[in-house]
Amino acid sequence: MNGTRRRRSYLAAAAAGASLALVLTACSGGDDEGGGGDDAASDVDCTAFEQYGDLEGKTISVYTSIVEPESVQQTDSYIPFEECTGAEIEYEGSREFEAQLPVRLQAGNPPDIAYVPQPGFLASMVADYPDAVVPAPQAVIDNANEYYTEGWVDYGTVDGTLYATPLGANVKSFVWYSPQAFEDNGYEIPTTWDDLIALTDQIKDDFPDAKPWCAGIESGDATGWPATDWLEDVMLRTAGADVYDQWVNHEIPFNDPQVLSALETVGGILKNPDYVNGGLGDVQSIATVAWNESANAIPDQLCFLHRAANFYQANWDESLTVAEDGDVYAFYLPGESADDKPLLGGGEFVTAFADRPEVQAFQAYLSSPEWANAKAEVTGQGWLSANSGLDPELLQSPIDKLSFDLLTDDSYTFRFDGSDQMPGAVGADAFWKQMTAWIGEDQSDQETLDNIEAAWPAS
Amino acid sequence: MTNASAPLPPTSLLDEDEGDTTRKPSRLARVDARAAVARSKLSSPWTSLVAILIAIAWTIPTFGLLVTSFRPRSEIRTSGWWTLPWNPGLTLDNYQEALFGSSTSLITYFVNSVVITLPAVIIPISLALLAAYALAWVDFKGRAILFVAIFALQVVPIQVTLIPLLSQYVSWGIAGSFWVIWLSHSIFALPLAIYILHNFMKDIPPSLVEAARMDGAGHVKIFFQVLMPLLTPAIASFAIFQFLWVWNDLLVALTFAGGTTDVAPLTVRVAELSGTRGSQWQLLSAGAFIALVVPLIVFLGLQRYFVRGLMAGSVKG
Repeated sequence: MNGTRRRRSYLAAAAAGASLALVLTACSGGDDEGGGGDDAASDVDCTAFEQYGDLEGKTISVYTSIVEPESVQQTDSYIPFEECTGAEIEYEGSREFEAQLPVRLQAGNPPDIAYVPQPGFLASMVADYPDAVVPAPQAVIDNANEYYTEGWVDYGTVDGTLYATPLGANVKSFVWYSPQAFEDNGYEIPTTWDDLIALTDQIKDDFPDAKPWCAGIESGDATGWPATDWLEDVMLRTAGADVYDQWVNHEIPFNDPQVLSALETVGGILKNPDYVNGGLGDVQSIATVAWNESANAIPDQLCFLHRAANFYQANWDESLTVAEDGDVYAFYLPGESADDKPLLGGGEFVTAFADRPEVQAFQAYLSSPEWANAKAEVTGQGWLSANSGLDPELLQSPIDKLSFDLLTDDSYTFRFDGSDQMPGAVGADAFWKQMTAWIGEDQSDQETLDNIEAAWPAS
Repeated sequence: MTNASAPLPPTSLLDEDEGDTTRKPSRLARVDARAAVARSKLSSPWTSLVAILIAIAWTIPTFGLLVTSFRPRSEIRTSGWWTLPWNPGLTLDNYQEALFGSSTSLITYFVNSVVITLPAVIIPISLALLAAYALAWVDFKGRAILFVAIFALQVVPIQVTLIPLLSQYVSWGIAGSFWVIWLSHSIFALPLAIYILHNFMKDIPPSLVEAARMDGAGHVKIFFQVLMPLLTPAIASFAIFQFLWVWNDLLVALTFAGGTTDVAPLTVRVAELSGTRGSQWQLLSAGAFIALVVPLIVFLGLQRYFVRGLMAGSVKG
C-alpha cells in the first residue's frame, strides 16, 4: 500500500512534466501519508548502487506487457534504484505490447527498455531492426554469466551476441491437484509418466461421475497456447531435450515422426473421453473453456489433475489456499523415469534500444540479485526469477518457492517454451490455431503437424 | 437581417407566381399522401410488435452485462446472469475495484478521455464546415475535382497511415502528447465530415443564399446567419458520430499516445483491466459500463437532433 501510494506521486510528477529531484518527489508523497517517503529512503542500503553513479534528473522509459495489478510490483521494485541513483523510471505496460513494439521501432519511437517475453520475438527484432536493438553492455554480460545458467544466457543471445537478460521466470511443467482429494483417496504423487497414467486410470475407476483431467485452451486471440505447452512438455519427455531443440530450431521438420508420437501421447489424455474434461463437458469443450477457468472443478472433486504453469495460482478463487497442505497445489509433471527430469518454462527478457549510461545502469540493475530480491520482497505471490542470487526465503508463495527450487536444481533439464522461440508465423499463429483445430474439430494428428510445418517461413 | 426575415422573400415571390402556386399544392399533396401511407404501414400493431421484439433482442446482451457487472466473481463463474432471481447476491466490489483498485484511479483516464474527445470533435467540425461551405457555395475552378478527391480519401484505411504518421510525429518531436491524438482524429474525420456537411449544405435552397446575397450579405454573414441555424441538426448528428468514434477509439490512442497515465484514455485502461494474464476478468463488465455512461448521456441528450439530422436529408425532394 505504501509503495502504491508513493508510486502515484512519481506519476504525478511525471505528468506535470517536471524533472524534480527524487528527494522532492518522496517529500511530496509524504504530504498525504505523514512523511512515510523519507523513512523508506533511509531504509535502502545504497552501497550496491554506487557503481551506477549519479543519474540525477535522468529518465528511463520502460515498455512491457505487464499491466496492473502486476505492474505495481514491478514499479515498486525500481524504487531502490530510483532513490539511490536519482534516475526516474517511466513505466508503460500494455497488453498490446507485441503488436505495438514493432510499430514503435519502425516509426523510430522505441522505448529505452522493453521486456520481451519471447526469445523468438527478440531474434526477429534483431534481424529486422539491427540498428535499433542495442547489445548488452559489459556490466550486464558479467551479471548474466555470474547469476544465470548458460541456458538462460543463450536464450537472450542472438548470433553470438548477448542482447537481453532474463527478468522473471515461470515454470510450466506442473500438474495442479487438490492435496485434500489425494489424501482422502490415498493417491500418491506420481514420479514417472507411467505412474501418472496409472493414477489417471485409478481415478477414472474410483470416480465414474468425474473425470481425472480438466483442461481449457481458450485465451482470446491467443487461443490454443495451453495446448502447445502440453505438446512441448510431452515432447521433452518422449523425445528428449536434444530432439526438442532440433524441433524448435527447425532442424527436424515440425511433422517429424517423433513429434507425431508426442502428439499421440498428448491425445491419449486430452482427446480421451474417459480422461477429460472434468466438470466441464466432453473433449471438444477443451477448445472453448477459458484457460484461466479450466481447473475450477478441482476443489469440487469433479476433476483431479490440471497441467498448468506456476502462474495459474492467480486464477484460483481467493478463498482457496495454495500450499502443499492447503486446498490446491501442484506437483512436477513427471518424466519417463524418476531420473529423467525435463523442465519447461518461460520468462521475459530485458532488451535495450538505447545505450545512454542511465539505460545501461538500469539494465545492469535488472540483471543483478539486488533487483531480484527487491522484486521478491514487494511481490505477494506469482513471481520468481532464475537469478541464482535470489534469496528463496523472500518468495512468499510455496509454489513460487517450489518453482525456484526446480529452476535452480541441476538435476532438472530446463528448456524454454518452444512456441516462444519459433518464428511468429508458427509460434504465435499456426501452432495455436492448429492445436485448437486438433481438439475443437477433431483434426487428425498427422494433418495438424503437416499444416504447422507448411506454415513455417521459408528462410 | 434577422434569421426570421431570411426565408420571407422567396415565399412572397412564390405567392405572386401563378404557375408555381398551382404546382406546389399538388406536389405537397403527393408527399403528404405518401407520408400517410408510410405512417399507417409503420404504425400497424404487427410492425410495432416486431420493433419491440428487435429492441428487446438488442438490449438483452447489454442488460446481461449490466447484471453481471454487479455480481461477485464466484457467482459469475458458477451461474448465468439470468439466474439472478435465485442467486440474489449483488455487490459493488467490481465497480469499486475497477474505479479505484489500481494505482491510478479511473478518474484520471476519464479526464484524459474528455480532454482527447472534445477537441477531436470540435476541430474537424469547424474545419469541415468552412470547407463544405466553400465547396458548396463558392464557385471556383476545380471545385468538383477537389470535392471528389476529398471524398475519395475515405477509402484510405487508417491502419495504413499509422506508421508513416507516427514517424512524422516522432521527427516533429510531438509523439506521445495530446496534440498528436487531436491531429490524428481530425485527419481521419475530415473527409467524411466535409462530405456529409457539404451534402447538407447543398440541400439548402439556393434561393435562400441568393436572397441573402441580394440583401448585401457577404460569405461570413451568409455562413453564420443563414446557413448555420439550418445546419444545427447536421452538425449535431455528425458530432454524435465523431464523439462515439473518438470516445471508443483504442487504436489511435494506443499507437500515437501510448499507455502512459499522462495521456491514455479510458479505453486503454479498460483494455488492460483484466490484468497481465486475464485473471481479473470479472472487472471487465463494470469497466465497460463506466466507459459507456458518457456516450449514453451524449446520445440521449442529442438524440432529437440526431433524428432531425437524418431526416433533413431524406424529406427533401
